[in-house]
Amino acid sequence: MSQPRKGMAAALRDAALATAVAFGLFVIMVGLRTDVAPSGALFLRTRWPDVALLCGLVFAGRLVMSLWQARPRAPAAPKLGGTMQRAGRALGPALLAAALLLPFTPGIGRYELDLGILVLTYIMLGWGLNIVVGLAGLLDLGYVAFYAVGAYSYALLAQAFGLGFWVCLPLAGILAAFWGILLGFPVLRLRGDYLAIVTLAFGEIIRIVLLNWTDLTGGPNGIGGIPRPSFFGLPFNMSGEPGTFAGFFGLEPDPVHRVIFLYYLILALALLTNWVSVRLRRQPIGRAWEALREDEIACRALGINVTTTKLTAFALGAMFGGFAGAFFATRQGFISPESFTFIESAIILAIVVLGGLGSQLGVAIAALVMIGGFELFRDLEEWRMLVFGTAMVVIMVVKPRGLVGSRTPTVALGERRAIGSEHVQEGRG
Amino acid sequence: MSAPILTVQDLTMRFGGLTAVDRVSFTAEAGAITALIGPNGAGKTTVFNCITGFYRPSAGALLLRPAEGASIALQTLKDHAIARAGVARTFQNIRLFAGMTVLENLLVAQHLALTEATFWGIGAMFGSRRYKEAERAAIDRAVSWLEATNLIARADDPAGALPYGAQRRLEIARAMCTGPRLLCLDEPAAGLNPRESEELAALLLAIRDGRAATPDPTSILLIEHDMGIVMGISDQVVVLDHGKRIAAGAPAAVRADPHVIAAYLGEDETEEVAP
Repeated sequence: MSQPRKGMAAALRDAALATAVAFGLFVIMVGLRTDVAPSGALFLRTRWPDVALLCGLVFAGRLVMSLWQARPRAPAAPKLGGTMQRAGRALGPALLAAALLLPFTPGIGRYELDLGILVLTYIMLGWGLNIVVGLAGLLDLGYVAFYAVGAYSYALLAQAFGLGFWVCLPLAGILAAFWGILLGFPVLRLRGDYLAIVTLAFGEIIRIVLLNWTDLTGGPNGIGGIPRPSFFGLPFNMSGEPGTFAGFFGLEPDPVHRVIFLYYLILALALLTNWVSVRLRRQPIGRAWEALREDEIACRALGINVTTTKLTAFALGAMFGGFAGAFFATRQGFISPESFTFIESAIILAIVVLGGLGSQLGVAIAALVMIGGFELFRDLEEWRMLVFGTAMVVIMVVKPRGLVGSRTPTVALGERRAIGSEHVQEGRG
Repeated sequence: MSAPILTVQDLTMRFGGLTAVDRVSFTAEAGAITALIGPNGAGKTTVFNCITGFYRPSAGALLLRPAEGASIALQTLKDHAIARAGVARTFQNIRLFAGMTVLENLLVAQHLALTEATFWGIGAMFGSRRYKEAERAAIDRAVSWLEATNLIARADDPAGALPYGAQRRLEIARAMCTGPRLLCLDEPAAGLNPRESEELAALLLAIRDGRAATPDPTSILLIEHDMGIVMGISDQVVVLDHGKRIAAGAPAAVRADPHVIAAYLGEDETEEVAP
């Protein structure tokens, strides 16, 4: 009986402390505000009710969080994990079926399809980064650089040499993989925080080069008029002539055809990324990546060449980033360095971390929640970021290792049982 | 005794001004257990790290005699190349892949064989038959080592969930799965209870004689503080103190050596007072 009371007292004390800190911050940032008086002079406006409201929110939020964390843990956790796992196994195919049928679902218009394309692009980027961060445990804060390399590769190759999308796609991937290896070499000796800083710098370097190399990239003006994709040689246009997609199949010309094609294209690319990562995870190289994340020194003692193992992870992750970049360029028809800022890297990394490092399904759900949710909250206008940030904090409090924190073994003598996140390492670079 | 599998010649390792290992020479006989002992800070683990390539020695030579051909100069190789040359090791503080299952740990150890079977994993990507056969062989090998180390019941559990003694055995099994010619064990009995220590000693003898899981005898180099094990199973003992070799020979001879007794029990202080 005394135990909960003691817990309550501690939680109250904790909440009071958090409120004191919040008060110290808000009293200046929110409570005091300079405004221009009708006479033109500055005057100080005070907003004490707002401060009180915010402090009250912090107090309540912190109290709820402490009490939630101190709640008695259910002893039947493994059984719950089992049902979760079964539900998870059904969830993947269900999501895939929904994704395949989306364009033909009634009530799905152009806006929803565009949103679907955006979500799938981020799912693909998340899966690509998952190879580097989730499997190999190398923290990469500059992933958007490879996305940019892919996009510019396609745009420049298509404009300068008139190459089509299907030729440029592998080239963009190869070029991005090449840059991945180029980044990999100098950072091989770095670990953890140091690796993160250098990859962050690499992302910025690529962006700034794109911004300033005006002759090649058009600088801040970007590259416009990038060829749109064709349906294996049949262009999408409104004329309805026999040489076009609509004319060939005898359909009424409709701009949504191209959107549907783009949707299936990115779905196929994302599924390719997933297929390759899932297969590779069960191969020696995939196990070596995960072993590298778990313990690099032990890997070296077992004869695994850490250098090539890290480089393959960087190169493969970068290659899928490059594919996604080429797709982005052909979809937009216009690219500029503004699309490849650090915030993009941060969003992709947040998707991987929220989804659970190394989990394919978790990353897909996280991308859906983050990108889709962001659109859903569009009506909230400037409150959108606040809601979004709160949602991320809540996920990290409730599921500190991401939505799917457990790891499925790649091989088993008997039944494959998920490994709890308490054993799985996060990787130190 | 046959020819030595490992010859250490004038091995020296300096860290800045500190000479951790000073012109140490010894040999490890093939098909034998050689123990490296000495008080704390004597330089045993440094010698180990030089042999396994985690340190690059300041001077000296480390020669591994392969199955055929000329000896391999280990001091010129990188750590993963040394492992490929046939030297496997375990660590003083256990280093398992905690989030991977016991079986996966043993498959990672067979990375080289599996990669070679598939032309850099590309064959594996498309499910080639050769890779499937190689993987089945690797699993069979892992299972035979799990049986030898009495871990078969835990094969699908995460390595991090095993009790301490089982983790020690798994680390040995993992090192053996690389198919080494020389197995280097850094304090394998540390933290084991007496019964587990006895089982460990039996396991090491079985590995030496090729009775454990593979028919090939494996030479063992061992750092150990538990004198019961050292004296019980070693064929040869090398004693280090302050980075120098102070004795080497059969266990009984080393135990009687006055230098060794002095190193372990402290020398007579009165002799050193004079300036």
